Amino acid sequence: MKFEYAPAPESTAIVDIQSDYNLFIDGKFVPSKGGKRFATMNPANEQVLAKVTQGTAADVDRAVKAATNAYKKTWSKLPGADRGKYLFRIARILQERAREFAVLESMDNGKPIRETRDTDIPLAAAHFFYHAGWADKLEHAGLGANPKAHGVVGQIIPWNFPLLMLAWKIAPALATGNTVVLKPAETTPLTALLFAEVCQQAELPNGVVNIVTGDGATGSALVNHPGIQKIAFTGSTEVGKLIARSVVGTKKALTLELGGKGANIVFEDAPIDETVEGIINGIYFNQGHVCCAGSRLLVQENIKDELIEKLKRRMSMIRVGDPLDKNTDLGAINSKAQLTKIQELAQSGDTEGAERWSPECQLPEKGFWFPPTFFTGVSQSHRIAREEIFGPVLSVITFRTPSEAIEKANNTPYGLSAGIWTDKGSRILWSAQQLKAGVIWANTFNKFDPASPFGGYKESGWGREGGRHGLAAYLKGDM
Amino acid sequence: MRIDVKKTYKLFIGGQFPRSESGRSYELFDSKGNFLANPALASRKDLRDAVVAARNISDKWSSATAFNRSQILYRVAEVMEGRKDQFIAEIIAQEGVTKAQALKQVNEAIDLWVWYAGWCDKIASVYGGTNPVSGSFYNFTTPENLGVVASFISDQSSLTSIVHAVAPILAGGNTLVAVAHEDYPLSAITLSEVIATSDVPGGVVNILTGKAKEIAPWVGSHMDIDGVDGSGLDSTTYDALRKDGADNLKRINRFDEVKSPQRILAYMEHKTVWHPIGI
Repeated sequence: MKFEYAPAPESTAIVDIQSDYNLFIDGKFVPSKGGKRFATMNPANEQVLAKVTQGTAADVDRAVKAATNAYKKTWSKLPGADRGKYLFRIARILQERAREFAVLESMDNGKPIRETRDTDIPLAAAHFFYHAGWADKLEHAGLGANPKAHGVVGQIIPWNFPLLMLAWKIAPALATGNTVVLKPAETTPLTALLFAEVCQQAELPNGVVNIVTGDGATGSALVNHPGIQKIAFTGSTEVGKLIARSVVGTKKALTLELGGKGANIVFEDAPIDETVEGIINGIYFNQGHVCCAGSRLLVQENIKDELIEKLKRRMSMIRVGDPLDKNTDLGAINSKAQLTKIQELAQSGDTEGAERWSPECQLPEKGFWFPPTFFTGVSQSHRIAREEIFGPVLSVITFRTPSEAIEKANNTPYGLSAGIWTDKGSRILWSAQQLKAGVIWANTFNKFDPASPFGGYKESGWGREGGRHGLAAYLKGDM
Repeated sequence: MRIDVKKTYKLFIGGQFPRSESGRSYELFDSKGNFLANPALASRKDLRDAVVAARNISDKWSSATAFNRSQILYRVAEVMEGRKDQFIAEIIAQEGVTKAQALKQVNEAIDLWVWYAGWCDKIASVYGGTNPVSGSFYNFTTPENLGVVASFISDQSSLTSIVHAVAPILAGGNTLVAVAHEDYPLSAITLSEVIATSDVPGGVVNILTGKAKEIAPWVGSHMDIDGVDGSGLDSTTYDALRKDGADNLKRINRFDEVKSPQRILAYMEHKTVWHPIGI
């Protein structure tokens, strides 16, 4: 049975995209010192949305100086309660302008409006609201009686949840009394630049938040700037390791949120329909551009056939297409480069002998698209079982005993997330204990909350973001 | 006059006391230049054997109940108390301090074990917790062991320094390989004899003696070590180890010699679990 839906596009009239963007330094939009402009496009139709600035080392230096100045003269002198009030203001403005942010995020990133509207933007506002309340209670955060801010924090965020990752970074940094220089991802700078306007509307003191757009070179200039006391990075494990090496010999503190290859384990007694929904949400949410995606489905052998049939049926209901259509489930792949990477890894699945399946679906001609896909017959040694694909591609692996499931789940250098599907409470808790991962979703998947710490074991990173535990990333405690 | 029976100072790996696989040893002298002992000069292979021993027992030690670990750490204190004289004599020999100063150090070391023993079954309730997420979910965070930790012991003192390093790592459910300070192998190996007779499972604590600088590069690049305490390394060696350690993102720290729950938490990971609430 095929359901036909009339197009239901969200209007873009609510956003006002400028043709060119400067950098946001010391409370003002200022032109770069020597930096060129580069285009940011809508990956769903390859149309250029705007030109933004390639921040230079000189620009980074200017931003760090502004942040240092703001830290010394204003922000570190404000009582926590006042810092909190600014964060509450920001949270409220994000709520007021939520639809504008949701549309802009969908256009710049390619993700469905349903997700930006219902997940990214509300959660970003919630992060500011949550951390606002911490600003005057830091002595109760379990880090000693008088925890101290680091000073100026350099933050580098990825393109998969642009505004939400900005919120995960900026909200705790400001609440704990630090000032910030943030570099958004090269392909998704627009909501960060719109956030700069929010800072202006909130009358945040100049220089407390600085946004410098650019590519990896800009990020590197930020990481290596001697005026930065702490670095927070979300991105690939490869770059994370580079940063870890580059801070050696300095006093810079570092937290990292890196890659993952999450195992979603389905035991034979799992509630099958809920499980299918959880698998779909685990890997096809946000086009699979999720570091904690449930990209390895570990299913107990005796229910595999039934589960795969149900999964196929459910996957054929996934609506791929215009991200701004309110009925769209799976949007565009964020960039040509990412699409190439997904295609290459999927190809390796074919050549290594796994079996590929996708539902029939018509992909738009323009833009970057990849259908929801899974591979069966995957073995532990296959690249698609080991490497992070960061796309809508699921690798299905079977197991016979719970111990085998745990062994396979933990057989990865990553340790960010895992899922457990079973009706048996004791098995949930046993599995959760055994799994080497920072976030475990039992009979659910891909849930996020500002009060819930997020972060990985092993090569998935250092430290946590969110909750009381996340504050430790931005404070120097007494021993 | 009776001829003393002198003690051979060997390594402590997997609950056994082997000589270095390399067959090497080094001469140790007291503060007045008199010969003390020929402690083993541990090699890369010794380190690798120690890591294998630590990894093999990791699951057993981390899944022991916190109350059980607590009793075992307290047992170490009990057994130390009975061997005070030996510890005092070795501290005097290595550091050249007075008997009163040596006694003070031994007492402090024993009390450190007692302090960390008590933390084993409190750390998760003080530093874990439930998180009030927005939605119908039960969500809790709990610290758990990191895995295998390598510790380079500092030279601040011959006995308390190693207890400052070892006790919190054990309290957090980790297993470890400690590299004793080159000048203070006697206290370290005597401590290992205490540990060997205190119900600590073999392999949970492994102690190497020798040159930290020689062993550090092998620790940095070892892919089955999860964390490193570099307190006993000079800055150049420590920085090189941090670079190598980035290959598997080891958790690498240095500490001031203070007793703190933060030293336990430095080698723990926070795990957060979600489950829906419903009928």
